[in-house]
Amino acid sequence: MSQATIHAEIQPAPQVEVQQHHPIRLYLVVWVWLFILSFCSYMVDYFQLAGLLRWSLILIFMALKAGLIIAVFMHMAWERLAFSYAILLPPTLLLVFVGIMIFESDYTLLSRLTFFSAGS
Amino acid sequence: MNEVLPSTAHSEAAASSGLPGIVQDWSSDRQAFKHVSWGKAMMWVFLLSDTFVFATFLISYMTVRMSTTVPWPNPSEVFALEIAGHHLPLILIAIMTFVLISSSGTMAMAVNFGYRRDRRKTAILMLVTALLGAAFVGMQAFEWTKLISEGVRPWGNPWGADQFGASFFMITGFHGTHVTIGVIFLFIIARKVWRGDFDQGRRGFFTSRKGHYEIVEITGLYWHFVDLVWVFIFALFYLW
Repeated sequence: MSQATIHAEIQPAPQVEVQQHHPIRLYLVVWVWLFILSFCSYMVDYFQLAGLLRWSLILIFMALKAGLIIAVFMHMAWERLAFSYAILLPPTLLLVFVGIMIFESDYTLLSRLTFFSAGS
Repeated sequence: MNEVLPSTAHSEAAASSGLPGIVQDWSSDRQAFKHVSWGKAMMWVFLLSDTFVFATFLISYMTVRMSTTVPWPNPSEVFALEIAGHHLPLILIAIMTFVLISSSGTMAMAVNFGYRRDRRKTAILMLVTALLGAAFVGMQAFEWTKLISEGVRPWGNPWGADQFGASFFMITGFHGTHVTIGVIFLFIIARKVWRGDFDQGRRGFFTSRKGHYEIVEITGLYWHFVDLVWVFIFALFYLW
């Protein structure tokens, strides 16, 4: 939803532009959205939402905030794809790393529960 | 984009977009990153490497938290504060988040005014960014002091899993260091902007090269990255 609004804002900007000339209003709009999203994530904690709802809301707000900062504040939306992909694709490998470590920590937890039920 | 004159065959205006554009840029046997100066590209590459550093911290935090049999301390309560008789969960962290986001907003506008060659506004906005960043570091120092006085150590704490302290000090400490370095650089660049170095082509003391307003954007990239990392720390360490 926020993404759509922002994209509507930035469409008229030329694709290739060595210097970044955007209206100040664009930055203010993004700033307000970042405030709203942060406030929403704080509310998730304030109302003590739990389980899958909490989990998904936190991740959604996090991803939207990160996207806004990278795309608009860091001007990635106006870079050529050859550059954006070179920077944005490598971090996706981290998801593999996360997957491996989830597997690993499940195994560690299982061993601890089996052999050291007293804890730590 | 096809109406380029044949005489400008070397110009980059002929660049197409989408997937063909990527192939064209990478196979051109020339600069692969068109319209990106080396300074900006190198800052991005540095930020990419820093992403992996912070990711290893966050992933190791995830691993110790998932594998411990002792309950994890509830961050909502650990970071709660009593303000004017009200018990507010996680309030300090929320304020820190808003402060850092605001600093990112002022930084983005500083970059914008830098490219408009508005010396005064650029310098003032950069100073505001630096002061907000310093306020953030101050609040973090307060938070550390509070937790340490309550008995949190890298090897243990009064509320639960021992790994909490190690993860907390490592992650927030490394982030706080980044913010501090950013504040120092913001002051240095803001001073250069204020003095008009980039208008007069004054040479820098270290490299003796002439600076450009682009350095404001490069400093901004670093600053936004610090904010970006905080977005992940806030979500994964404090809210989880």
